[in-house]
Amino acid sequence: MPFITNEDPKSAVQDSAAPVKEPGRMARFLDSDLFHSFLKSKVTVVAATGTAILFLLAFLAPWIAPHNPFDLASISIMDARVPPFWMEYADPRFLLGTDDQGRDMLSAIFYGMRISLIVGFCSVVAAAFIGISLGLVAGYMGGRVDAIIMRIADVQLTFPAILIALLIDGIAHGIFGAIDREVFAFYILIVSLALSFWVQYARTVRGSTMVEKNKEYVQAARVIGIPSVIIMVRHILPNVTGPVLVIATINLALAIVTEATLSFLGVGMPPTQPSLGTLIAIGNDFLYSGEWWIAIFPGLALALLVLNVNLLGDWLRDALNPKLR
Amino acid sequence: MSVLDIKDLRVEFPGRKSVFVAVDDVTLSVDAGKVLGVVGESGAGKSTVGNAVIGLLQEPGHIAGGEVYLHGKRIDQLPYKEKRRLRGRKIGMIFQDPLTSLDPLQTVESQLVETIRTHLPLSRSQARQRAIDLIEAVGIPDASERIKQYPHQFSGGMRQRVVIALALCAEPELVIADEPTTALDVSIQAQILELMKELCRERNVAMLVITHDMGVIADITDHVAVMYHGELVEYGETIQVLGAPEHPYTQSLISAVPRPDIKVERFPVVNYIEKAGTPQKQIDIATHWLGKARDYEKVTGPLVQIKDLDMQFETRGSIFPSKRKYFKAVKKVSFDINEGETFGLVGESGSGKSTIARLITGLYQPTGGSILFGKTELTSLKNRKDVLAMRRQMQMIFQDPYSSLNARMRVSDIIAEPIKFHRLASSNAEVRQIVDDLLDHVGLGAAAGKKFPHEFSGGQRQRISIARALATRPRFLICDEPTSALDVSIQAQILNLLKDLQQELGLTMLFISHDLAVIRQMCNRIGVMRHGELCEVADCDQLFEAPQHPYTRELLNLMPSLELLSRANLATA
Amino acid sequence: MIGFATRRIVQAMIVMLVVALLAFTMFRFVGDPINQMVGIETSIEDREALRDRLGLNDPVPVQFFRFITKAAQFDFGTSYQFRQPVSELFAKRIPATLELSFASAVFALVVGIPMGIYAGLNRESPISKLFLSVSLIGISLPTFFIGILLIFLFSVTLQWLPSFGRGETVQIGSWWTTGFLTISGLKALILPSITLGLYQMTLIMRLIRAEMLEVIRTDYIKFARARGLPDRLVNFRHALKNTLVPVITITGLQLGAIIAFATITETVFQWPGMGLMFLQAVQNVDIPIMSAYLMLTAFLFVTINFIVDILYFFIDPRLRVGRP
Repeated sequence: MPFITNEDPKSAVQDSAAPVKEPGRMARFLDSDLFHSFLKSKVTVVAATGTAILFLLAFLAPWIAPHNPFDLASISIMDARVPPFWMEYADPRFLLGTDDQGRDMLSAIFYGMRISLIVGFCSVVAAAFIGISLGLVAGYMGGRVDAIIMRIADVQLTFPAILIALLIDGIAHGIFGAIDREVFAFYILIVSLALSFWVQYARTVRGSTMVEKNKEYVQAARVIGIPSVIIMVRHILPNVTGPVLVIATINLALAIVTEATLSFLGVGMPPTQPSLGTLIAIGNDFLYSGEWWIAIFPGLALALLVLNVNLLGDWLRDALNPKLR
Repeated sequence: MSVLDIKDLRVEFPGRKSVFVAVDDVTLSVDAGKVLGVVGESGAGKSTVGNAVIGLLQEPGHIAGGEVYLHGKRIDQLPYKEKRRLRGRKIGMIFQDPLTSLDPLQTVESQLVETIRTHLPLSRSQARQRAIDLIEAVGIPDASERIKQYPHQFSGGMRQRVVIALALCAEPELVIADEPTTALDVSIQAQILELMKELCRERNVAMLVITHDMGVIADITDHVAVMYHGELVEYGETIQVLGAPEHPYTQSLISAVPRPDIKVERFPVVNYIEKAGTPQKQIDIATHWLGKARDYEKVTGPLVQIKDLDMQFETRGSIFPSKRKYFKAVKKVSFDINEGETFGLVGESGSGKSTIARLITGLYQPTGGSILFGKTELTSLKNRKDVLAMRRQMQMIFQDPYSSLNARMRVSDIIAEPIKFHRLASSNAEVRQIVDDLLDHVGLGAAAGKKFPHEFSGGQRQRISIARALATRPRFLICDEPTSALDVSIQAQILNLLKDLQQELGLTMLFISHDLAVIRQMCNRIGVMRHGELCEVADCDQLFEAPQHPYTRELLNLMPSLELLSRANLATA
Repeated sequence: MIGFATRRIVQAMIVMLVVALLAFTMFRFVGDPINQMVGIETSIEDREALRDRLGLNDPVPVQFFRFITKAAQFDFGTSYQFRQPVSELFAKRIPATLELSFASAVFALVVGIPMGIYAGLNRESPISKLFLSVSLIGISLPTFFIGILLIFLFSVTLQWLPSFGRGETVQIGSWWTTGFLTISGLKALILPSITLGLYQMTLIMRLIRAEMLEVIRTDYIKFARARGLPDRLVNFRHALKNTLVPVITITGLQLGAIIAFATITETVFQWPGMGLMFLQAVQNVDIPIMSAYLMLTAFLFVTINFIVDILYFFIDPRLRVGRP
């Protein structure tokens, strides 16, 4: 058996005697390399703050938005297509102008962002759940189970997520008919997004699981006699969360974009429950007639949201990748 | 004038909280045709010395003080381009792992030719001829054909020969070899060391060999520098330093090296290096939990009987059974282990010794043969309850202390898991008490339980592993290379601990190692394995004094001679 | 080599079969095909007759076999909305999509690869950081929004380039039409191909950079430096070539993705390709077009993947020559 020495100067520091006093969990986090690399990257701090603000605006929309764009009593067609505040004919009530039905753009964006985020989160959770479970099973069991799961993943991977989502949506459309769409749109979206994104989790988790499976701590657990399911959940799962976290973050951005795209293409959220994508789709019709703000403002909000989440994901990936440190 | 002169070298790695001084105040020199060994344990800064000389320190490391001279010319302050010209041309380098040192996408020829032509004004065909000569010189037969092949077509030892050829191809004056044989098997290690020694004398090259292995030092070096925590603690002629070490660190390091030629009861405890932990609390086995409920069925005859054990792995799957390819890892192996003894299995990598351990513990299912544990046939156990009952009686200690503990669990949870799983304690309070006792017993102290594995050093982690293995109150303990990832001084501590535990608890052990010296210190009887077959089983002393099988003789011959090493400390042990 | 290629072809055929099964299931079980084909006034007897004539009463495996036999001859049935053979509809639109995809792919590769190599080799340079920031914005902006912004800027505001359609096209042969040969065709191609290629470009760039950084940390690169090889050789002969192996795989997948993403771009720019038709089919539940599109794109992806695997084979000697 070859012998492997550890001649990295950094590990030598680790090897020195363990600290005497036991710091608390919070103190340990604040002192961790992860938190430190976070503070060191100014962009990341800005992105985290930006994300937090956008999330707050979205989830607190019913309480902080100046208007309720869904309250039919409060909107008036007389207020339609008012431009944003710095332009001529602006109305001080509507900071970013109004759309074709007289809804306040700023409020519509807050509410739209809320819907986009809810769809994003739900689909990420669903995709992660499917992907992690299948990835763990495939990686740990190996053999035929693994072959079947991964072949399915391979076939699916040849198709971009958007195409799968479109197909599922089309099929659901065929099954439920157009009338029920309003009710089911939200669930159809989450199912189609989850089914198009699970593969990434499954592949990553499977890869990490195959590495972890051969590590000696798993063998030690098997020697003790612990059953496979418990080994997977208690021992392997906590050790593969790093990459999953990175994927989930980047995936949230991707899910928001995909949802927006589907809504823009008219197969996502209906105009009665508009997400950012639906708002852009509505505004797109008015682009040529000069009312650009109806499309551009929701678009910028979307881009800002996705950019911030992506920046966080990017940093997380570099920070958790020990190879790049 | 010396080829290489290092004066007061200091290398720093600025970190987040403080500056880490990897090398401090090191002064060395190497003459043409001579070999200087730099020896030390992990973290001693020995590799950093080599990297500093060739100018390949990993960022953010840098030379913070001192001077490096090559043939009297100062080289540490040269601009990047000139430094690069020295590499390969004046200074050749050999790395530890031959499997990753070569570009997998280029032929050996193209890697040699490009290096030769970078440094020497030769035409392509001249360079090619030179490449073939070099490959021949490093002992690869059929050079003109093999040179056209890709690295993956060479074995590990052959690849290291290619690496040596690459290091020598522009006639450098100095060669730095960083753990050149660490990744190789003993038999290949001996050949590569021989080759290096020869080439160094023939070509009048100065060589700097960096290693953790006293055997390598004793084998090929003329001078030796002993490093400890970045500092040079002793420096002189190899015979002098190894035979009569002056510094207490060198003395303790040498005394900790396991000797194949002498059997000692206990290794001398080395307190200079790492504290052995808080002193063990003495427990009375007769009344303690560890000693209780050892109500295992009595066996007459051997505890473990292995008969005609066979194991093959599928190396190429196919839907057609005739096209499948198998690798036979274990072929018809039979041996017995008596209750209370330590049985050693020794062999090179790929000899199947670890596979046997995994077959006994049930991690793999054998493709043939039988394993009798007491009166129970392990291979035919179906009932889950019976399986668990057997699992509880045998535990295993693994090689790599860094991966054998779950990094996400607290040490106390790691040790408590088997106790809770097998319901060996009646209350949580009792579990806690047992875990604390176990941690005390392996020399870590109960406070260690609250921490996570990454807060411990390799040796300490191996103690945790041992505590976990003891937590099921096993009667049979399998140790699979338990110390081969550890520094030699820590290895001595762990081996002592294992010996003590065995005596106290009356454990039966299967001890697996590639290191004959370690095996000799630990085992009563020994089996020698090669290519999945068991060549010879003999009593320990008999095997070393009068080996029967030619392969055993070969292995014994290949062991680095440690005659040079001081015997002073052994006398007191 | 032949064994390798055969294995890949068999795998590709299995993928195609699975996709065909999906398409067939969709075609057969989502909604009733008969209801889609006939009016409300058609009697039950007529419906049954039609059902019989179309073979919808045969055992399902027989129907599936007929489905793939027909699909292999590019017969995908009749569109519900247009009442025309699906294959004819596609034939008219495939050139538009392929030309758009080709232009975007060229744009993505020609711009993305050099940027990625530069950013990988000069990790700390300000230009690399600029590339990275720009690429992050490129990834964060949804494709359709990029299209809208480009239209707003270059078509609505500056009025330099057209915002929809293919411009003038030229007929080549019996069924291919090209926009490459006329000024208006080329002008019409600019905005859509940038829109479509931007995302893939940033992806390729980031991927190459990441792979470069990985490879540069390997032992053999360190050893190449220790041998004193000039940076140019280390970077291009050793690092870049090793980077290529994973890059080619992902790039292949990305080129496949371009064809699918074309759906979005074609909608934004009203580009008369098959993506636009597919989207209309999704909205109108025109199952024959959907299943045909599924199989066509799957076929394109599988072909691209096959080519990628073969390329792999030429780059990586570990696949080509066995161990001793």
